[in-house]
Amino acid sequence: MQPLYLTLRLSSIVIIKHYQEEGQGSEVVQGVLLGLVVDDRLEITNCFPFPQHTEDDADFDEVQYQMEMMRSLRHVNIDHLHVGWYQSTYYGSFVSRALLDSQFSYQHAIEESVVLIYDPIKTAQGSLSLKAYRLTPKLMEICKEKDFTPEGLKKANIGFEHMFEEVPIVIKNSHLISVLMWELEDKSTVADKHELLNLSSSNHLEKSLQLLMDRVDDMSQDIVKYNTYSRNLSKQQQQKHQYLQRRQQENAQRQSRGEPPLPEEDITKMFKPPQPPPRMDTLLIAGQINNYCQNVKEFTSQNLGKLFMAEALQGHN
Amino acid sequence: MSAGELSSFSKMSVFGPVVKIHPVVLASICDSYERRNEGASRVIGTLLGTIDKHSIEVTNCFSVPHNESEDEVAVDMEFAKNMYELHKRVSPTEVIIGWYATGFDITEHSVLIHEYYSREASNPIHLTVDSALQSGKMNIRAYVSAQMGVPGKTVGVMFTPLSVKYVYYDTERIGVDLLQRTRVTPSRTKGLTSDLSQVAGSAARVQDMLTTVLAYIEDVLSGKVTADNSVGRFLMDLVNKVPTISAEDFENMLNSNINDLLMVTYLSNLTQAQIALNEKLVLL
Repeated sequence: MQPLYLTLRLSSIVIIKHYQEEGQGSEVVQGVLLGLVVDDRLEITNCFPFPQHTEDDADFDEVQYQMEMMRSLRHVNIDHLHVGWYQSTYYGSFVSRALLDSQFSYQHAIEESVVLIYDPIKTAQGSLSLKAYRLTPKLMEICKEKDFTPEGLKKANIGFEHMFEEVPIVIKNSHLISVLMWELEDKSTVADKHELLNLSSSNHLEKSLQLLMDRVDDMSQDIVKYNTYSRNLSKQQQQKHQYLQRRQQENAQRQSRGEPPLPEEDITKMFKPPQPPPRMDTLLIAGQINNYCQNVKEFTSQNLGKLFMAEALQGHN
Repeated sequence: MSAGELSSFSKMSVFGPVVKIHPVVLASICDSYERRNEGASRVIGTLLGTIDKHSIEVTNCFSVPHNESEDEVAVDMEFAKNMYELHKRVSPTEVIIGWYATGFDITEHSVLIHEYYSREASNPIHLTVDSALQSGKMNIRAYVSAQMGVPGKTVGVMFTPLSVKYVYYDTERIGVDLLQRTRVTPSRTKGLTSDLSQVAGSAARVQDMLTTVLAYIEDVLSGKVTADNSVGRFLMDLVNKVPTISAEDFENMLNSNINDLLMVTYLSNLTQAQIALNEKLVLL
């Protein structure tokens, strides 16, 4: 579909609150988005969180919880159309198999569904970090066929940049909420937090780089695997070739001696081709690395700006 | 639950507990009000939160369907119980601490509903949100019920007001700030900005504040406004906050920081180029 606009309303607050309450650790917090599809826009008007996975958790519990919530919300006239889901992330590491599978199943059922990624650490640094993603149609095709071999991916000509497409988000408020905002501004005595102008960067950079290095390690392992695979493949090709040649030679000799030629043996059974490694993981890792790099670059550009400002301030002395 | 401790008349609190409300709650209430059924003049619902010794913190809420007419009121209690169970599964620390209603006044029906809620929670609080804007502003008030009347005869119930404060978590604060900016644009929409523009925006805000302060100082110096000592002290604090570092040290620090950032940028660009190359090679 065409790039959809998302209009969020109070949902943003709800998501934030949920994360704060649930976990400060690196646990992932998930929930369901509810809303409507209007023209070419996807409106998200409400959301509710999933309970964390505890020890005694059965799968049907989740589905039942969801059903009950949606039914109850319908009673109070809240849009109960399931349009997506949200997840919190830790330093931007959300491109994983689990995400892909969940998003695929959602998008398969509801075409316009999105996954909303909320980064609490980045938000605490000063700016609300909400991004909405959907799988590109190409990726949908591939997931449907479950064909993750290199040949399959080559056919689809998909690169890690074409896995997810980002959907622009617009926040829209009703008039009543605007009145509420005025009221809050009036009454709230908490000073405006200027986290955004904070100069310290090393902590965040360290963590990001750490995660990036881990991913790159994974990537290199994957590449090594692929290399061995292709080497094995080519070695096998050679062996096959040699064997065929020898066969032919022998047959020629035997014919010259008047003996019956040796039967053609089934080559494929002798030389079993090695298993091609699935390329999906590589794609995911590449996508994740890309994401990390983007985040790091954004962060450094902001920090450079701040440093120059500090220089200007100091220069006045 | 006696109306015993009376604080000074200027404050409107009886027990002393302060009701702290998160903006989520108010936004949900407004939302439910907008979605109310035809013919319903107000919406009610349950408040969830935590109780402390000195304060009550309201962190979540959900609306409950109810029917109200001139002489009777019916609340769907099953629904309320169900919803509470569901919510408890997500955040087990939240308890029912009261209920809310939109609208300015407290009616007789409120008393009945309040009684029901007193069965669920000890000493429930009642929150009214004036979403119909009857008095020109959106008044948000909290009440606790207290017994009144002559003992022995019919006992009545009086709703005594409590003081209300707004609290935010840090991240909530930032979300609310973003939403504040939507009320400026006429179409009430706002895209999410990113990157350097945010730093620029923040810097612009600081600059605005500095210009205001400068204007004030000018006024004081030219005698238009009398000098206020406390403001003067704040100003001195402000000026002293800029650390005095020798220019050389500062240069060094600045340079090392900039070098770090540039190196990281270079590395990430390199990595991106690397994986792009890898991609192309595999697809050969």
